[in-house]
Amino acid sequence: MTAAFVAGADVPLKRRLKRAERARQLRALGLVLPLLAFLLFTFIVPIAGMIWKSVDDWEVPQVMPQTVAALERWNGQGLPDETAFAALAADIRAARDAGNLAVAAKRLNYVVNGFRTTLLSTGRKLKEQPAPGTAKDTLIAIAPAWGERESWTAIKSASGPVTSYYLLAAVDLTRNADHAIVAAPQDQAIYRDVFLRTFEIGFGVTALCLILGFPVAYLLANLPTGRSNLLMIFVLLPFWTSLLVRTCAWIVILQSEGIVNGSLQWLGLIDEPLRLIYNRFGVYMAMTHVLLPFMILPLYSVMRGVSPAYMRAAASLGAPPVTAFLRIYLPQTIPGIGAGCLLVFILAIGYYITPALVGGAADQMISYFIAFYTTETVNWGLASALGAVLLLSTVVLAVLYGKLALGRQTTGGLKN
Amino acid sequence: MSANHSPQTTSQRVAWIATVVSATLVLFFLMAPILAIVPLSFSSSTYLTYPLPGLSLRWYEDFVNSARWINALKNSVIIGVASSLLSMALGTVASLGLAQWKSKWKPLVLAIVLSPMVVPVVITAVGVYFFFAPLGLTGNYLGLILVHTALATPFVVITVSATLQSFDMTLARAAASLGAPPLLTFRKVILPLILPGLASGALFAFATSFDEVVTVLLLAGPEQRTLPREMFSGIRENISPTITAVAVVLTVISVCMLSALEFLRRRNERLKGNAG
Repeated sequence: MTAAFVAGADVPLKRRLKRAERARQLRALGLVLPLLAFLLFTFIVPIAGMIWKSVDDWEVPQVMPQTVAALERWNGQGLPDETAFAALAADIRAARDAGNLAVAAKRLNYVVNGFRTTLLSTGRKLKEQPAPGTAKDTLIAIAPAWGERESWTAIKSASGPVTSYYLLAAVDLTRNADHAIVAAPQDQAIYRDVFLRTFEIGFGVTALCLILGFPVAYLLANLPTGRSNLLMIFVLLPFWTSLLVRTCAWIVILQSEGIVNGSLQWLGLIDEPLRLIYNRFGVYMAMTHVLLPFMILPLYSVMRGVSPAYMRAAASLGAPPVTAFLRIYLPQTIPGIGAGCLLVFILAIGYYITPALVGGAADQMISYFIAFYTTETVNWGLASALGAVLLLSTVVLAVLYGKLALGRQTTGGLKN
Repeated sequence: MSANHSPQTTSQRVAWIATVVSATLVLFFLMAPILAIVPLSFSSSTYLTYPLPGLSLRWYEDFVNSARWINALKNSVIIGVASSLLSMALGTVASLGLAQWKSKWKPLVLAIVLSPMVVPVVITAVGVYFFFAPLGLTGNYLGLILVHTALATPFVVITVSATLQSFDMTLARAAASLGAPPLLTFRKVILPLILPGLASGALFAFATSFDEVVTVLLLAGPEQRTLPREMFSGIRENISPTITAVAVVLTVISVCMLSALEFLRRRNERLKGNAG
């Protein structure tokens, strides 16, 4: 009787609980939505837009729509027919009058060097639309480049709507006149070097941070709490100091009249000041300094959790300190080493400010070129493509980091 | 786990001394920039060299009397305060939601929310520049405040979520069972208890904005130049002693923020200790 009563009441209660729970979950999701909407507008859509710009090929289709349409029928062999020449002449005249011929000229100049001159001078000299049937001869007479297949394949390859041109260029590849992927010409092939340099600096800085950070983290983890808290200030204060302040200080320290050179000269160790800044040495020095806390903090948090009993047990069983360290202690700190190294590497490859200020021309990392093409030469396609490659590298590493750091709180605060 | 080191054999002692020595050297390396730049800002000379020929406050006077630097300080504070307030509002509300939300999509949402922290700032800056320029959001405060908020919110979410983890939800349920509406529960029960966490979140957010320069380089017009932005161009051209004075001012601000954080952390721990 009692059981039946309970069982009968049980069903609606369960349902009511479920409904209440669902309402609670919806309300919880509702609280997260404003932030998601905000990030969509200020972060996700802008980055998606940047990636889209790396494949977007809008200039030529917009400025030369008739030519693009006429070239659709061209098989790429020999020269296109008279209609294509007539369309080109019409497009050039229209674009010149609208004032946007330079936009297409710039895009086409990426494919064939000197195309800008060809197109702009044609625009200047083409007074009126050639009579029917004479467009080809008129154009070739104005600029002989129109009689070459290369010029036409350039227009066809830039006809959009999407292009792999920028992404290929970002890894030093290009397409030849036959649309096959080949290595880019020597004078344009610089990005593979830039990426290698970026990873090399990232790797070097990570290694330096690990070597320098390990003893500090060990010391902090093994001192009495009071003293380790005190020493922690030496790690946290530089960590909280502005990046610009620290970079500025390193320039002051390392410049030719700086403290290091001054002391070395005073000691009589050197006669001439050493060149310590605006080169790779300065980049390693400043970047290691900036990123060292990101190594120390995760290492420290892992080392705090390593019980000293293991080391004591190893020692009591007769293991010499080195063996005990290598076989007992080190393996237990691997999660911290992994997290610290990944974190430092991820942050290092994205760095812009420090190398820009303390590096030379040959020490600039990929971020520098992304900013350079965005603001200086306004080659947004290439800037976006380089950004897309950097973003991909970062995301892959960050996913790895997320798996490694899952369930552990490791960051005391990331700053860039 | 403290005071666990009791050297026994000679080799252990040698290893410990080696650790102490190398760690001390590294800690010195970490402090070196601050140790080097602070005295130089008090130098009476235009040259940034040691030994100092004499002491003077002229570079601090320069800073205070320079319209350019004071304007930059003002911009930094305006943008920093506005973006930390905005990221506090968005981040705290989202953290409250994330703490209760159970779904298989939660890790993905969390990854999205935290991603501005990991994506290189140059990429964020360039993407936002492309997106904001046609909307008229470059060269004004609003655009910078929005992007700094996006960069700062992950820190708020991390800090506030950590505080919420240690928050006893039965207290909120008790308030609800006594008839308090959710908003009242939040205001009277949850908010006072998580306030230290919120304050550290706000500090992190402010620090993020206060130190950020890459987005300012791309998005700001001449009117919105912040302190780090002015320092960036100052370092590029020629480091004047005034920059060292600015650097010291910034360092003092960092010290204040760090002390405030440490105070909040201790208070929080004490509260937790009392509760448990």
